Amino acid sequence: MTEAFRDKIDIALTVNGEAVEARVPAGRHMIDFLRLDLGLTGAHAGCEHGVCGACTIHVDGQAVRGCLMLAAQADGTEVWTLEGLTETGVIRDLQDAFVARNALQCGYCTPGMLASIKELLDQGGVPDRAAIREHLSGNYCRCTGYEAIIDAVESVAKARAGEAV
Amino acid sequence: MTISFGNPDRPNSYIGKTVPRPNAPRLVQGRGKYVDDIVLPRMAHVVFVRSPYAHARIGAIDTAEAAAVKGVLRIFTGADLAEVCTPWVAVLAHLKGLKSPPQHALAVDRACWVGDPVVAVVATSRAAAEEAAALVEVDYDPLPAVTDMMTALDTDTPVLHPDMGDNLAFRRLHEEGDVEAAFAKAFKVVEARFKTARHTGVTLEPRSILVDWNPAEGQMTAYHATQAPHMIQTVLAKHLDLPEGRVRVICDDVGGSYGIKVHVYPDEVATAAIAKIMARPIKFVADRLESFTTDIHARDHEIGARIAVDADGRILAFDIDDWTAIGAYSVYPRTSAIEGNQVVNLCGGPYDFANYRAQTSVVFQNKTPTCQYRAVGHPIAVAVTEGLVDMAAAELGMDPVEIRRRNMYADDAYPVTSPAKMRFEGLSHHASMDKLLALMDYDALRAEQAELRKKGIHRGIGIASFIELTNPSPFMYGIGGARISAQDGCTVRMDPDGSIVALSGVTEQGQGTEAMLAQIVAEGVGVAPAKVRVITGDTQVTPYGGGTWASRGAGIGGEAALQSALALKASILEVAGSMLQAPVDALDIRDGQVVDSTTGEARMPLEELGRIVYFRGDTLPKGLPRELVQTRHFITSDYPFAFTNGVQASYLEVDTDTGEVKLLKHWCVEDCGRIINPQLVDEQIRGGIVQGLGGALYEEIHYDEDGQLLNGSMADYLVPMAAEMPDMVIGHVETPTMESTLGAKGAGEAGTAGAPAAVMNAINDALRPMGAQVTAMPFTPERVLRAMGKIDD
Repeated sequence: MTEAFRDKIDIALTVNGEAVEARVPAGRHMIDFLRLDLGLTGAHAGCEHGVCGACTIHVDGQAVRGCLMLAAQADGTEVWTLEGLTETGVIRDLQDAFVARNALQCGYCTPGMLASIKELLDQGGVPDRAAIREHLSGNYCRCTGYEAIIDAVESVAKARAGEAV
Repeated sequence: MTISFGNPDRPNSYIGKTVPRPNAPRLVQGRGKYVDDIVLPRMAHVVFVRSPYAHARIGAIDTAEAAAVKGVLRIFTGADLAEVCTPWVAVLAHLKGLKSPPQHALAVDRACWVGDPVVAVVATSRAAAEEAAALVEVDYDPLPAVTDMMTALDTDTPVLHPDMGDNLAFRRLHEEGDVEAAFAKAFKVVEARFKTARHTGVTLEPRSILVDWNPAEGQMTAYHATQAPHMIQTVLAKHLDLPEGRVRVICDDVGGSYGIKVHVYPDEVATAAIAKIMARPIKFVADRLESFTTDIHARDHEIGARIAVDADGRILAFDIDDWTAIGAYSVYPRTSAIEGNQVVNLCGGPYDFANYRAQTSVVFQNKTPTCQYRAVGHPIAVAVTEGLVDMAAAELGMDPVEIRRRNMYADDAYPVTSPAKMRFEGLSHHASMDKLLALMDYDALRAEQAELRKKGIHRGIGIASFIELTNPSPFMYGIGGARISAQDGCTVRMDPDGSIVALSGVTEQGQGTEAMLAQIVAEGVGVAPAKVRVITGDTQVTPYGGGTWASRGAGIGGEAALQSALALKASILEVAGSMLQAPVDALDIRDGQVVDSTTGEARMPLEELGRIVYFRGDTLPKGLPRELVQTRHFITSDYPFAFTNGVQASYLEVDTDTGEVKLLKHWCVEDCGRIINPQLVDEQIRGGIVQGLGGALYEEIHYDEDGQLLNGSMADYLVPMAAEMPDMVIGHVETPTMESTLGAKGAGEAGTAGAPAAVMNAINDALRPMGAQVTAMPFTPERVLRAMGKIDD
């Protein structure tokens, strides 16, 4: 079998700060690699065609759809999932705000939602509600109606900017 | 024992307060446990080959090539599974005339919709099973498909199930008063035709089940994303020939339900049948296309309707002709006649009028079966009723609020029985309307609307009053013969450390059931909510109950929790009285301490009482009852249902060039009786509203005339996203039900019930000066422009 048609790929990457080496099927999606091979079940597969955002993770600092990326493409990257973001404490204020504001119901969209919000908050400043809504329009939530999520994000952005909440 | 709910300073006053959800922290940390997160030893995966035809005879099935795929374990046809799994027929005795043919776990001779499961492929990985499924060759012989609702009963339309005689699944006509005479003498008659589109729930977590059969123990365990674990236990036992006590259904975290996950799905029963045959764990998780083709659909209704009013705007009569197409089968075991039946029960709901005629005709079609989805029938009935009321007001030149004022049941009129024979214990239409108008500053909004209209900006205000059916008794399903529990139970116990465990038959789908139960039990016993651990979703552990549907969790499960908590408190105090040599009524429990009930002086912490009872029982008098565990069940019996009421308002802007509707703001005032957790109730209302807004503006399953589903992806079936949704103002009136100590009624479906009607009325309010009107949902830009005559091809 030629290199181009090899169906198993060796990859080396860091996931949540830990070095990972693996041999993955060429067709393995990143979300399946994380969930099935690494046991990181925080990110969820929702639609598997890049629309719902439940599988959103961070790859080299960018929010990425885990269902639209192959594990093979992650070779050499730095990957963060909700489990790792939780351990490092970088979004603890956001998680606390989600709980306090009940910005989640079934929780299935929440890991992807938090990953997308982290990307927005990392840009700094205090986005207005319309900008928050626009940023989150790639993340479906079927339970909350979104308002509580917008409230939570707004309150964290203000708190981080030192504004009164 | 009573609780002085009116006194917010009472001890242990957790009912009525916003208390954080105990399960929320783990969900925001990626530590949820949904079915697909569970991996069992020797677990295999099943993938289904589904009919690509709306209607076809199933011929030869060639599995040779599929079986050769690496990892494939076994392949099953309908005939294979029929040997271990009996078919079901989804009818209920009280829905007279309802008929449906037997349905198998896998289609046996005939596939009846695009997505009907035909072959099951089991492999060591889902990828291998999917690869093999694509290689299964099924010889289909296409049959004529029935796809148009309104011609389903025509004589030249083929009969979908020849054994059934015709395509009519169910028809019900209800008549009260003299409708024809009322229309004959009316000052105005307004007639309109309404359509609600086919919807589906789009739960972000697809339907999921993992079933393990252990022949050595004779025990089946199903890890299932479901709203009704005990119902599923019963169904799996019955159709797989197992004793009910040997089927355990475990329901951990569920990623959205909304009614989608309260039904029996053939592929899920097939998964259990395969687990039983293969004696190893089998997992099925639907992919998104399967979600669209096989999750139940709902709301596919067309309604011809008219209203008669007198010169003062008094409603004289409603006349409703509802049609709905349910797909090829009535869905087991709740049946697919309920939504049409609800339309008959609910039209005209808020209003005091005398003459009522409503008929629903429920027909078969070669499409995905429809069944109960959040707010079952309500959005349809409310849209028809409130649409007609607004049209009548416009004919009379009357304000939409005024015509409602003149017709809504007076707040002191209760109890009353409606023309649809629904019994209302206590509603608050006028108080709710007062509160709504104050919240939205109605007069100022009308003035703003008028000012903007002069500038060519077309805004609309839409009002929708509604009633909502909650806390169902056995009149909903049980009397029809379904083994669906309307009763629910709770067991509450105190452990040695003074902590409380509550086991409940209602389930957590994300709405906050466990928080609600924790605070009720906390108040009932007299401890902090953090001291209460709530366990739901395990048929081997919790008291038998119905689960989550028809907005019953708080009203029925909550009352069972309160009664069991109060009983446990009495048990604890009996022991404490003996230990402290004090009369029981001189003691109370507050914040985890036995206290003197008059002075509040601490007498003994619960952990000390626990230590004595569990480890030094020798020091207590012989014969002293020392069971620190109590179970109570609750069922509603005075009324078949606890009706709630509310009123919503939508403020929006119509772009008359593009036809786009921009939602500016939304209000809802709702009366769900006693509010247990204000934040959770508000968020249920908000989430429900947005689901209703989806139906009003975006959601529509499309089929072509051959019965092919055209928009089976999230990119093509539009649901509300953050950018398009408005902020929502929520208010409450509280009229507790007298059926229970708790006084709670349901709140989970009110938002969905009223939102589409409010939006429709707001759009028509904006369009009315242009002589345009829309009544077919969703109100897409195209439909708005067509209504305005700007598109006519």
